[in-house]
Amino acid sequence: MIKEVLQKLWKDKFARAALIVLALIYLALFFADFIAPYTKDFSDRTMAYVPPSKVFTIDETGKLSKPYTYNYVREFDPVNLEIKYSLDRTQKHYIKFFSKGQPYKFLGLIPMKRHLFTTDQAGRIYLLGTDINGRDVFSRLLFGGRISMTIGFLALFVLFPIGLLYGGISGYFGGKVDALMMRFAEAVMSIPSFYLLIILASILPSGMTSTQRFLLIVIILALIGWAGFARVVRGMVLSIKSQEYVQAARSIGASRMRIITKHILPQTTSFVIVAMTLSIPSYILSESGLSFLGLGIQQPDASWGNMLKEAQEFTNILYRPWLLTPGFLIFVSVLAFNVIGDTIRDVLDPKSRER
Amino acid sequence: MEALKYIIKRIIQTIPLLIVVSLISFFIIRLSPVDPLAELKLNPSISPVTVEKERQRLGLDKPIIVQYGKWAYSFVRGDLGITSNGERVSQKLKERIPNTLLLTSIVILLTWLVGVPLGIIAAVNWKTPFDRILTVLTSIGMAIPSFFFAVLLLLFAVKTGWFPIGGLTSPNFADMSFGGKFLDIAYHLVLPVFVLFTISLAGLQRQMRGNMLDVLDSDYVKFARAKGLSEFSVVYKHALRNALNPMITLLGFEFAGLLSGAALTEYVFQYPGLGRLILEAVLKSDINLVMASLMMGAVMLILGNLIADILLIITDPRIRVKS
Repeated sequence: MIKEVLQKLWKDKFARAALIVLALIYLALFFADFIAPYTKDFSDRTMAYVPPSKVFTIDETGKLSKPYTYNYVREFDPVNLEIKYSLDRTQKHYIKFFSKGQPYKFLGLIPMKRHLFTTDQAGRIYLLGTDINGRDVFSRLLFGGRISMTIGFLALFVLFPIGLLYGGISGYFGGKVDALMMRFAEAVMSIPSFYLLIILASILPSGMTSTQRFLLIVIILALIGWAGFARVVRGMVLSIKSQEYVQAARSIGASRMRIITKHILPQTTSFVIVAMTLSIPSYILSESGLSFLGLGIQQPDASWGNMLKEAQEFTNILYRPWLLTPGFLIFVSVLAFNVIGDTIRDVLDPKSRER
Repeated sequence: MEALKYIIKRIIQTIPLLIVVSLISFFIIRLSPVDPLAELKLNPSISPVTVEKERQRLGLDKPIIVQYGKWAYSFVRGDLGITSNGERVSQKLKERIPNTLLLTSIVILLTWLVGVPLGIIAAVNWKTPFDRILTVLTSIGMAIPSFFFAVLLLLFAVKTGWFPIGGLTSPNFADMSFGGKFLDIAYHLVLPVFVLFTISLAGLQRQMRGNMLDVLDSDYVKFARAKGLSEFSVVYKHALRNALNPMITLLGFEFAGLLSGAALTEYVFQYPGLGRLILEAVLKSDINLVMASLMMGAVMLILGNLIADILLIITDPRIRVKS
């Protein structure tokens, strides 16, 4: 069935474009260490809020040249009381491809030094400018994307087993168990999810490592979403459990847990796949919203949400528009996931197939 | 009469729901390692007597079940305690809740006025270029992060100077005439409403389109067509009524989504609503305020669902029969 869905996705031109976009994004994130010219924590304090580097391919004599860039120098304008950046045209810094730069560990394992592109030791290449700490926005976009684009999947892997089992037990047992479990799920759903999200995030103790914090945020995101999912699963289980093969399994003497997990829940697979692709975007959005408020992923770690935190200041959005790039990336990836989700729903929905 | 019975039953059902919600919120907040009185103790303008009174009221020296009981008792009596600034929580909520309700009800009204017709048109013109374009537009609307969109609109407001930069009222609000006040609030509401409207419109239009397509495919619509009814009366008399019923159920969910979306939008636009209140409370770890606004959020959501259910009883006779 999955193969059929993939084929149909590929045939639809919007879905194909979305698949390609997502594949490119994830590929770039996978090779982030290599593509990024700087490491996640590299900062040059003298280079705060530097605009994107200009890359030249034609030199001053009008001839084609190897691509090069100039560094920015910071000057204080005492008349207008503002900091200005101008190009230091005295020295060219050639861009070198596949050459040695800052050392890093590829995927955290293999020590490497080569980057897709770097400049010489004194030069700086900031494709998308720098932030308040003089860190390269382009590099941080790649590293931040690793967090933003995986946190949703991880939350789903925590949430789905919980929701499936909860909905399965509730639907199969029925009666008082069902009533009690569903009232509880309804109560969880009655708390506005974003309120619950910020409260859970705010009670996290402060002295955690970034990995611990990341995992706890995954769990919090999962805690928000399981109830609605469990309710739908319960509804499906209610209709499946009266089927003959379930009665057959019961008459052989299979235990109730076995019937739920081995016979009933597998029937909900197609629903689960659709629900998963449809809900990934909302987790990406939740994480970015949380980090935007400063309650999610914390500095010095990057995520698209916490990079956008700087966009809360007017001066930044007015004079440093490159700080808004994470927002566009969130938009593009959520859009791509939505398009794929819609197409999958159309493919799996028997009604829409008839039309 | 039957309907009334059902409505009363439905109202009674919300009471255990509220109790469970309050239990969940209470224990989540008590899980936090923060001392609920820490902020009060640090505030020099609050006397130790007041702090002691709060400790008594919350029963912090007693076991947690007793604490919950005390909290619930004073909550029911309308005593929500004081914020870390020493203001009354109930006063603070009274200021903020109407603002959030104003924002969300305008957004819901607008999305229904625009979203439902757009959904119908898209379904009737299914798979035409018009429908395609709408689908693309709604996909875009659904994918924009609300806070990012809000930031972009703020940028627009700053650059053009056409709209106020956040808040709900101008500094000279108190001196304005009634009409002036009304216009001033409307002027400040434009941008926040626009953000939430764009985001919730997309979902509503899609839902309406889907419902309408389902209904147009059903046997009784085919029968109505076969009978030779005009297309207008098939769509607007027979199909529309049935396609609208699921939308009313959705009203409750829409309200829930709006409360959450509004929190971020309120934050960016510095709008004095419940969402921003709870955020400020969370950042200052002001326990009384967090607890009360969380409960209020839940109450508003439950009431929203209740209203949707009651509306559904009025519009859909089948439910009355079933109950």
